[in-house]
Amino acid sequence: MTNKQFDENRIVYREVVKAGEPWMHEVKAGQRFRIVDLEGNEAVDTLFYNAKDHSERYSATDTIREQGNIYLTTGSVLRSNLNNPMLTIVDDTCGRHDTIGGACSAESNTVRYAIEKRHMHSCRDSFLMALGNCECNHDKAMTKEDLSSNINFFMNVPVSPDGHLDFDDGISAPGRYVEMEAHMDTLILVSNCPQLNNPCNGYNPTPVEMVIWE
Amino acid sequence: MTDATQPTTYNGFIWSESLPAGAHWSGVIRRGTVLRITDIQGKANVAMLINNLEVKNERYNMPDTLKAQKTAFLTTPNMCFSDMGRVMCSVIADTCGWHDTIGGLSNAKTLKAKYGEKDYQSAHNDYFKNGYDSLINELTKWGLNASDIVPNLNWFSKVRVEDDGSMTFIENNSTAGDFVDLRFEMDCIVSLSTAQHPMDTSPEYAPQPIELSVFKAEEVKADDACRLHRAENQRAYYNTKIFYGENPDD
Repeated sequence: MTNKQFDENRIVYREVVKAGEPWMHEVKAGQRFRIVDLEGNEAVDTLFYNAKDHSERYSATDTIREQGNIYLTTGSVLRSNLNNPMLTIVDDTCGRHDTIGGACSAESNTVRYAIEKRHMHSCRDSFLMALGNCECNHDKAMTKEDLSSNINFFMNVPVSPDGHLDFDDGISAPGRYVEMEAHMDTLILVSNCPQLNNPCNGYNPTPVEMVIWE
Repeated sequence: MTDATQPTTYNGFIWSESLPAGAHWSGVIRRGTVLRITDIQGKANVAMLINNLEVKNERYNMPDTLKAQKTAFLTTPNMCFSDMGRVMCSVIADTCGWHDTIGGLSNAKTLKAKYGEKDYQSAHNDYFKNGYDSLINELTKWGLNASDIVPNLNWFSKVRVEDDGSMTFIENNSTAGDFVDLRFEMDCIVSLSTAQHPMDTSPEYAPQPIELSVFKAEEVKADDACRLHRAENQRAYYNTKIFYGENPDD
C-alpha cells in the first residue's frame, strides 16, 4: 500500500448517495475509495467485482478466513472468490464493519418481519435496479446470480463464542468514514440501505458520500 | 449432543451411497425426503451448496439463514433458508451439535500452501482435491457456475467466534457415527465436497469418508419443531407452501 495523505485536490470523483439509493462505479488499481457516513448509523451494503472479469468478486468467507477474524477494519484485505486481494482497508474511523449479515431483500423481509413487509424497499432490490440501469454493467451481463454475500460498512453484527448472532445498533457517528485502496480495477456495487425494520441504521436511513481520490 | 426427541430411524428407506474422502458429488434431493449424512470415521467435513431444482438461481443463503434464527452455526431445529425467503431443508436430527456455515471453502492455493501438492499422475484417485474446484465441477453439470459459489455449509465442522471476532477451528467436533438429518422442503440440487475444512488444523491432508442415505420423510405437521422454532421459520415455511401451490396455513 502506498502512503498517501488525503488531499481535496486529488479527488477524482465525489457524490452524495441518498438514503435507499443504489450506486455503481469503478475504482482503478491504486486509487482510494472513501465512504463517509454523513449523518451516522447508516449501513452501506457493498459488493466488489474485478472490473475486467465480473466472475471474480468479493468473497466474505475467503476474506474472514484469511484474516482469521469476522470483523473488518484497518488492515483487512478484502479478498475475491479466487482468494486474490481486491482492496485493503487503509483508514477507518468507525472501528469495525460486518460481512456476515448480508443484505435485506423483499423476500427475507417477509421472513424476518412480516409477510406484508414484502413491498418495503430493500437492498437486494436496489442491487438489481443498479444492475438493470447502470452503464457500468456494460452488456447487462450481471444478474441476480452475481449477488453474493456483501460487506455492510458501518454495521454491527456481533457473534458470541456460544454462536449467538444479533443485529445491534450501529457503532458509527456523523462524519465517520472508511477508506480502502484498490489492488485491481474494481467495480463497486452499493445499496445505501433503506432498512426500516431493524437497528442497523437506527430505523432512519440517511445519505452517505462516496469519494474516489488518487 | 443427541436430541432424543428427534427420530433417528425412518421406515421409508430409499437409497444410500458411500462417498470416499476428498470426493465430490451432486444430485437431486426431493421435497419430502430426508438426507442423512453420516460421518463414518469422525472428523469429516461436508461442504455443501443447495440450489432450487426448478429455479436454479434460488440458492442457500448463509446471511438470511443466520439472521432469521439469530445463530452463527446450525443444528436442530434450524432451517436452511434460500435467498427467496423460503426453506430449502430443515435440520430434524443431529448427533453432532454444531455445523459451520461461515468458514467457506478450501481452494487450490491454500491447499498447496498447507499440504503441498499431489496430482493424479503420482497419486491416482488419492490426489489432493479442494472444496472450490470440487464444487465448480459439480455445479457445472447442472448449468450452474462460479457465480453460484456462495458461502456454503460445512457439515460436521465447528468454527467458534471469540468476542474480538477471531475465528477458532474446534478439533474433534464430530466423532465416528455422528449424523445429521436434513428434511428437504423443496426439490433441490445438492452439490457437495468431502474435502477438508479450510481451517482444519490437521498438518496432514486427511479428508474423511461419509455415507449418504435418503429416506421418505414423515408428514410435516403444524407442531413440527423446526417450523415452530421461531416466527421467522413459520413465515419461511409459509412462503415455501405457496411456492408449491399449497394452502400455507395447513
